[in-house]
Amino acid sequence: MINYVYRLVSPQFISIDYANINVHDNVIVRPLYMSICHADQRYFLGNRDSDILSAKLPMALIHECCGKVVLDKTGTFEKGQKVVLIPNIPAKPSDYISENYDENSRFASSSCDGFMREFVDIPAERLLPFDKVPPQNAVLCEYLSVATHAVNRLIKYSHSCRDNIAIWGDGSLAYVVCCTLRELLPKSKITVVGKNIRKLSRFSFAHKTYLNNSLPADFKIDHAFECVGGEFSGFAIDDIISHIKPQGTMMLMGVSENKVPINTRNVLEKGLMMLGSSRSGKEDFQTALNMMQSVRIRRRLSSIIYEDAPVRSLDDIYRVFATDLNTPFKTVFEWNI
Amino acid sequence: MIFGAILAGGSGTRMHISSLPKQFLPLDDKPIIIHTVEKMLACSKFDKIFIGINPSWASYMNDLLGKYEIDEEAVVVVVGGENRNSTIFNIIEGIEEKFGVSDEHIIVTHDAVRPFVTLRIIEENIEAALKYGACDTVVPATDTIVVSQKNDIISDIPNRIYMYQGQTPQSFNINKLKELYGKLSEAQKAVLTDACNIFVMNSEKVKLVMGENSNIKITTVNDYKIAQYLAIGGTESD
Repeated sequence: MINYVYRLVSPQFISIDYANINVHDNVIVRPLYMSICHADQRYFLGNRDSDILSAKLPMALIHECCGKVVLDKTGTFEKGQKVVLIPNIPAKPSDYISENYDENSRFASSSCDGFMREFVDIPAERLLPFDKVPPQNAVLCEYLSVATHAVNRLIKYSHSCRDNIAIWGDGSLAYVVCCTLRELLPKSKITVVGKNIRKLSRFSFAHKTYLNNSLPADFKIDHAFECVGGEFSGFAIDDIISHIKPQGTMMLMGVSENKVPINTRNVLEKGLMMLGSSRSGKEDFQTALNMMQSVRIRRRLSSIIYEDAPVRSLDDIYRVFATDLNTPFKTVFEWNI
Repeated sequence: MIFGAILAGGSGTRMHISSLPKQFLPLDDKPIIIHTVEKMLACSKFDKIFIGINPSWASYMNDLLGKYEIDEEAVVVVVGGENRNSTIFNIIEGIEEKFGVSDEHIIVTHDAVRPFVTLRIIEENIEAALKYGACDTVVPATDTIVVSQKNDIISDIPNRIYMYQGQTPQSFNINKLKELYGKLSEAQKAVLTDACNIFVMNSEKVKLVMGENSNIKITTVNDYKIAQYLAIGGTESD
């Protein structure tokens, strides 16, 4: 079958490639909904080093996607089954390195084509079926799985006192981390520290919110999540080091293009653990999908979704990336091209 | 019910390169028509796909469907007619033999030699045929269209903004198509080269569905070369 692949060739320039796809070995999935990640937007705008852009482009963008099975000769899924697509394509399994940190794994819209294709041919084991979750929510499964992965890493590596946990950041990543913490660590008191009062007001299910410039001096936490990224990463990390108790764990989740200076003196004095967390694996997707069975979680997620008009043409792809620049949270759209 | 109809009655005479009809020429690793069948099968809205094939090639077609492991439950091969419209009506006969006559039956007719059709185009055809009774897939004309009544001197240059190039699929309510065809005179039937014209000649509306420039019809050797280039990963900038 001839497939249409919508590849970013250079910043803000997408062209259509045609590829004959083999319908026999993999499952053929028609994308239903997609969601834009900051990483996609950075590629689209060209906000990456020119060396990286020239090495990775042309490449189809988007790694947050759900779809429906149109053909499966592996016999795993029924035609029409709705599925979440896992963008990680792992190398051979390792006993101690997770699939999302394995240097030999590939990742859609980073080291290989993302899901902006008419059809996606994908191994059956990289799909998770779902039925009851609306596709507008299910499309955020990858995003939520990044949060479940980070929270589970905290649970695995941090000391067991988790009475007070704070999240630095008031964007969509902080939001899904907060959602996840409330589900996976229901006894912990969750505080969100942000810089935009309107964004902070959306965290109605956090125990407490603070503007970053009005944090009480005696504010103390056991562990923290850094969900700021970008140029303000350094300030957030510095704040966390100041307010975290000794031997706390700091989960670093925000992406920064530039190197960040860190107050290592205090990190050493307090015996802090800084743990990076990025992407997710199949188990995390399953945890996220399980969480989405809850109406409460779906309602919470819905409040950070902006659904743009469906994509029916190449021009519409440009439109959704432009929309995403003007929406504070997640831009999702139906894929009908 | 909704039926796909792949029109493959051609004998490949315009290619001048092979006795093999053009729909059977290879495109990357499989014949053109198999690409087309696979794309039609990707649309879950079809109850059945019919292929209207030149009688001499019906057995060959069945062999191909087996060779490329096409779900035999989903596809029916019927013998095509002498021209495009008679192939469509042969397929309709096949549909009605198996599924009876119904005002609800929709047929999405598509050239076997347009393997670059997209799922969007197919699905919008189905929507439009259900809503309007007939639709045609078109792209805006990019070249200026020149009319010459005597094939010698220009008689008219119509305004390009009203000009479109017809592609396929063309989709119809089957009963409506039959009814309107029955109203045409033999002279009108003789000059029909396009099924949508059956509606237009009867002053019935035909809805436009936007096609794609890439939805090319592989008719000439040049088309075939372009299709081969595109199918192995060629790029089109839009």
